[in-house]
Amino acid sequence: AFFWLVSLLLSSLIWFIAVKASDSRDVPLQKGLLIFGVMFSVLLQETFRFLYYKLLRKAIEGLVALSEDGCSPISIQQMAYVAGVGFGLMSGAFSMINLLADALGPGTVGIHGDSQLYFLTSAFMTMVLIFLHTFWGILFFHGCEHRRWWEITAVVVMHLAVSGSTFCNPLYVGSLVPSYILMAVAAAWAYLLSGGSAQNLRRFLLCK
Amino acid sequence: MITFMNNSDSEEEPCNERTSLMSAESPPVPSYQDGLQASEAGEAQAHRVEKARSPNNIADGETSDTGVPVRESTSENEEEELTLKYGAKHVIMLFVPVTLCMIVVVATIKSVRFYTEKNGQLIYTPFSEDTPSVGQRLLNSVLNTIIMISVIVVMTVFLVLLYKYRCYKFIHGWLILSSLMLLFLFTYIYLGEVLKTYNVAMDYPTLFLVIWNFGAVGMICIHWKGPLQLQQAYLIMISALMALVFIKYLPEWSAWVILGAISIYDLMAVLCPKGPLRMLVETAQERNEPIFPALIYSSAMMWTVGMAKPDTPARRPSQQTRDAAEDGREDHGSPSHADSQMSETRSPVPTRPITSLDELEEEERGVKLGLGDFIFYSVLVGKAAATASGDWNTTLACFVAILIGLCLTLLLLAVFKKALPALPISITFGLVFYFSTDNLVRPFMDTLASHQLYI
Repeated sequence: AFFWLVSLLLSSLIWFIAVKASDSRDVPLQKGLLIFGVMFSVLLQETFRFLYYKLLRKAIEGLVALSEDGCSPISIQQMAYVAGVGFGLMSGAFSMINLLADALGPGTVGIHGDSQLYFLTSAFMTMVLIFLHTFWGILFFHGCEHRRWWEITAVVVMHLAVSGSTFCNPLYVGSLVPSYILMAVAAAWAYLLSGGSAQNLRRFLLCK
Repeated sequence: MITFMNNSDSEEEPCNERTSLMSAESPPVPSYQDGLQASEAGEAQAHRVEKARSPNNIADGETSDTGVPVRESTSENEEEELTLKYGAKHVIMLFVPVTLCMIVVVATIKSVRFYTEKNGQLIYTPFSEDTPSVGQRLLNSVLNTIIMISVIVVMTVFLVLLYKYRCYKFIHGWLILSSLMLLFLFTYIYLGEVLKTYNVAMDYPTLFLVIWNFGAVGMICIHWKGPLQLQQAYLIMISALMALVFIKYLPEWSAWVILGAISIYDLMAVLCPKGPLRMLVETAQERNEPIFPALIYSSAMMWTVGMAKPDTPARRPSQQTRDAAEDGREDHGSPSHADSQMSETRSPVPTRPITSLDELEEEERGVKLGLGDFIFYSVLVGKAAATASGDWNTTLACFVAILIGLCLTLLLLAVFKKALPALPISITFGLVFYFSTDNLVRPFMDTLASHQLYI
């Protein structure tokens, strides 16, 4: 969570500087800057995920060295999951919490002609992003562990795609549907990477 | 017995508290759990190494003075491993109370208007910040800070002198008086404001009964004996009340400058050889005696009751550590020390049957954090909640920053194994994140939210 926060800080710093340095009345330029800010932020988040992976790697080595039986009390997969959850929670919290606070007060959604589904879609979008961050965490760490660069690039590309799809808002079908599809894909992939299989799933569902 | 002396600042006492994080040098003691194997105890014993008590308010459990058989740790490695293993538990044990305190403070700030209204200032911050020019305002806040810090320094030195010259009764009386004031007066004000906010009617007899019970039980719990969790709860409430007072009565810029200055002061007071806190701890160590019930939050305390070796229980260094930590900081606050006390914890006899293993001492590793730390963390987060225009994002960012700072400090504690100040790292992170989130992240997130873009 902390690492996500730091990445957010840096990316907003960049955006802020860009905005201040540019003409604030030029609306398309501002929109362009915003898009640039979003993309840059995504890249920065992934960079920080990588840095976090490096840090955890070192921590695991330390733990292994200190432990009695040569294996660390927490595996890298667990750390990947936790890292993903941390990123996701922080991202979700920052996206939603002001919205929730405002939702407590009086008001009408979309009274100025904006979409009336604003809160609903925000909630769904946030949820899908949190899940996605968790899965991306697992995929990313797995890719780093096994040196599979294509996994890492896949995660980055997916993240960019999801963020990019939100540019279609308020045409929600353009952003929510692809995001959910991507989430299903990422979920299945992460599940398989973590050792799950169709058999396990079946056994779990049938409560054997 | 473990006593927590609540050194809440009465109005006349300076409110600053030095926080110091002390790492217990005592060798790790096997934590007592029901059914804990004797072997583990034995192993723990092996690890018990006589270590000098950390001078800071938090004294490490001393196994040395008690005469507990101390065997040199079998291996440095094992000890380190135990340290690390318990280190993670300590972190969690401290996260929860710090989080609770912050939640209480933030919830109150957000709902009760009283604490965000400007109704005057403390006498410690005489310069007003209502001046038109920025420079003047800055100057006033710096002057306020200087006054506040010097008051704190004076009180701390006074306390150290009192301790040095063995004026224990005076210190006891002072602490009792301040906790009395905090428990009764501030609670009364707080309750009054909360009831006003929610428009709940209450009659005076009920109010009197409630406050009397609350205060009396609090006094007993803090200064004498009481269930651990109740003690912890009271300490958290006291810290929250104190933090609320600070948030209300410190003008804005002064508050930030004071936070920065006090973390610097904490750093110096704990680490410099001539720092008052360090002297206090060293004196306590020399005398090998328990310090007063101090303002320290301990996460795991147990009383040993007669079962363990005769020499160990009675004069547990843990008591010293705690006391030492506390009295140093009396001036208003409790110096915060985080002390990872490895050895001392006494378990209350009635609740836990103690095995007859003579070497087994009920000890659980506990971590001690001074209440001043709680208070200043909560002040930071509360001020962020009260004054930031980005509202919740800023508060959340400060909260995460402080917790990470606490984590890092505990890590350093495990590495250095001596008393460390708990304020600097957390407060630095908190301040950095507050200002950057408020000014940089907020416009970014607002723009993103208005276009419903997600990153």
